Amino acid sequence: MTILIILVPIALLLGFVGLVAFVWSLKAGQYDDMDGASVRVLMDDDVEDRKP
Amino acid sequence: MRDQVDLSGFVREGEDGMRRLDLALDGVTCAACIGEIETAMGRLDGVTGARLNYTNSRLALAWKTPSFNPADAVERLRTMGYRAYPFEIAEAEARDSEQAKHLLRCLAVAGFAAMNVMLLSVSVWAGNVSDITPETRDMFHWISALIAIPAAAFSGRPFFVSAWNAVKRGSLNMDVPISLGIILALGMSLVETALSNHHAYFDSALMLIFFLLTGRFMEQAMRRRTRAVAGNLAALRSPVAARIEADGSIVQVPTARLAVGDIILVRPGERAPADGLVVAGASDVDESIVTGETQRRSVAEGASIYSGTMNFSGALRVRVEAAGEGSFLSEIERLLEKAGAERSGYVGLAERASRIYAPVVHVTALATAIGWLIAGASAHDSIIIAIAVLIITCPCALALAVPAVHVVASGALFRAGVLLNGGHAIERLAEADTAVFDKTGTLTLLEPRAANAGDYPPALVEKAARLARSSRHPLARALAMSAPHGALFDDACESAGEGVAAVVEGMEARLGSAAFCGVGAERPDGAGHDASAIYFRHGDETAMFLVRQTLRADAVETIAALKRAGMEIEIVSGDNEQATRAVAEALGVARWTARARPADKVARLEELRADGRRALMVGDGFNDAPALAAAHVSLSPITAADVAQASADAVFLGERLAPVAQALAISRKARGLMRENLLIAVVYNAIAVPLAIAGLVTPLIAAVAMSGSSLIVTANALRAAPRSEEAADVDAGARAPATQAGAPA
Repeated sequence: MTILIILVPIALLLGFVGLVAFVWSLKAGQYDDMDGASVRVLMDDDVEDRKP
Repeated sequence: MRDQVDLSGFVREGEDGMRRLDLALDGVTCAACIGEIETAMGRLDGVTGARLNYTNSRLALAWKTPSFNPADAVERLRTMGYRAYPFEIAEAEARDSEQAKHLLRCLAVAGFAAMNVMLLSVSVWAGNVSDITPETRDMFHWISALIAIPAAAFSGRPFFVSAWNAVKRGSLNMDVPISLGIILALGMSLVETALSNHHAYFDSALMLIFFLLTGRFMEQAMRRRTRAVAGNLAALRSPVAARIEADGSIVQVPTARLAVGDIILVRPGERAPADGLVVAGASDVDESIVTGETQRRSVAEGASIYSGTMNFSGALRVRVEAAGEGSFLSEIERLLEKAGAERSGYVGLAERASRIYAPVVHVTALATAIGWLIAGASAHDSIIIAIAVLIITCPCALALAVPAVHVVASGALFRAGVLLNGGHAIERLAEADTAVFDKTGTLTLLEPRAANAGDYPPALVEKAARLARSSRHPLARALAMSAPHGALFDDACESAGEGVAAVVEGMEARLGSAAFCGVGAERPDGAGHDASAIYFRHGDETAMFLVRQTLRADAVETIAALKRAGMEIEIVSGDNEQATRAVAEALGVARWTARARPADKVARLEELRADGRRALMVGDGFNDAPALAAAHVSLSPITAADVAQASADAVFLGERLAPVAQALAISRKARGLMRENLLIAVVYNAIAVPLAIAGLVTPLIAAVAMSGSSLIVTANALRAAPRSEEAADVDAGARAPATQAGAPA
């Protein structure tokens, strides 16, 4: 059962990374415009830039 | 020509030298608008950042060069067919959004902790029935404690703070038993862990926090969405006033920045932005939003006009007055104060339940401990069992029962185009058995419309409407509402008092008087005395639009639906008898009162109350505000005067009256579900509490029972949403709001 000493911290660490990622995305304002985000991904404004 | 808009009051200067401005946009209807607007803004000289929030139709502009005038951006948007108004985030909305972020952080921490502790707990539960060693179990419990206690301290704050405030006031709310349950569960688990016992309740405590936070966040998110829409509408409704400076120039300033003594210009087709005295000019004004009277009143120098009054014929110079010294407004305020006080005593289902619940739970736990002591159990066991009672009765289901239905029902109401003002509106709406309607602006549309636009081909109407948007004349404005979107014609040129002309598709198009358009001025027989005609010609195509106040398109069906729902209908209007009778007859309403002053309306509602009836008041004008506050529950259309909106329990959007009937149906269904949910919570407790008192509750049972009851209650609440086909029908109504709201601007 000594393997637990490695596995449990790893499990907790992974969960903690997820938590930090979420709090970061919240701070970065990624949830401010939920409807817009879903349509912006389909916009091809970056293609226009490449045209001469 | 348009005057420059002075937006400087709204520009925020950042520390990095960037200037920022938020604009609320009207007309953002599709995803393609995002690219179009952002690209156009980016091309303006000096703009470094433009981002459109599609969810709430707000555009954030950023620029660095002081020479850039944000009014250019507003003007550019106007030519593209979007109306933009400077926007300031209301304090309440900013506070809500801060609170939402806090709740979400708490929720994230609780979720993280609950999952990890559950991982450890499941291992312990499995181990307890097989071969876990006491050392491993203790280690798992200690790790759980290490995660659970800080996590609960962080994410339980919303409950602890609210409970502490209630206790300080000497009262009990739902958060008191919740906080007590959480703290006791954690404390007891810590003791059990230290004693190397089999069971710990860390997982239950965290799951409880997680579920309750979810409910609270959802409720908050719904309220925030409503606030954002309401905030936009407020910005779109009464944006700017034309102030005449000392040097005679005209500057557009936000209405909120007007000061007493300012001289403002109110042109024909505009609404007065403030109460004031006419200092120059003469005109006819339409005070229907103030009094309900549809006959226009002539005003000249020295006359006082109220905010919201529509100016019809001539330009007026108005001096802004301080408080409404006109006895009318002060009378309204006095009546409002009295009416508001009567209603604040209302106690919602949830409060009533928690007032009974909290003391009962605490007494039961105490009785359990004493009972076990008398029966000969050790002090340790008695206290453990009493705590188990507190944990299992922790009002998870009860705390979710009403809010969960609120969330789903207010979502359904939102889609039906109804925005709630007050929390108890749903419950009170469900209790209403009499509907009292105001006439002008409520049963009829506040703005006159081209009543016969449907008789002409849509393409022709659209051309006429787009041309009409270049004009300030009230008739043209009414016609413009027939096709609310679409860009202006570039070279439209207005001849004052005659009409407006532009070259469309290579031919001249004219809109205005019969002579201006060169068409015959005969009117059809059915036109009626209250309609005014406006003519349009484009090549060989001609049209004559009749502009008048019209009933809302679905008023007849809505009134019929309300009658079917068992409501008694009454009309109480401030308008004259002839006009009121015509509407009452058209709608088949037998009881109507005309020329009712604000006090008469309140008196009528009090009569109804004395008869034991619960009245739903639907009205929009200044004169309705006291009645709205005095009624059992009240609704206002979004075009209503500010004071009326503020005193109504809910506002409805769009040009249809159907939201009134839908609001009633959704609320009645929601109240049924709230009762069902409370019943489920009671049944759950009836089963769980005896088990807990008997000392049979293990952590596993506690976790399953509490989560299970919460899920059942939440699932039941979801039924408050209308079925998909009803919802689709309703959605169409909700899309209309912004267009409608822009009308009085």
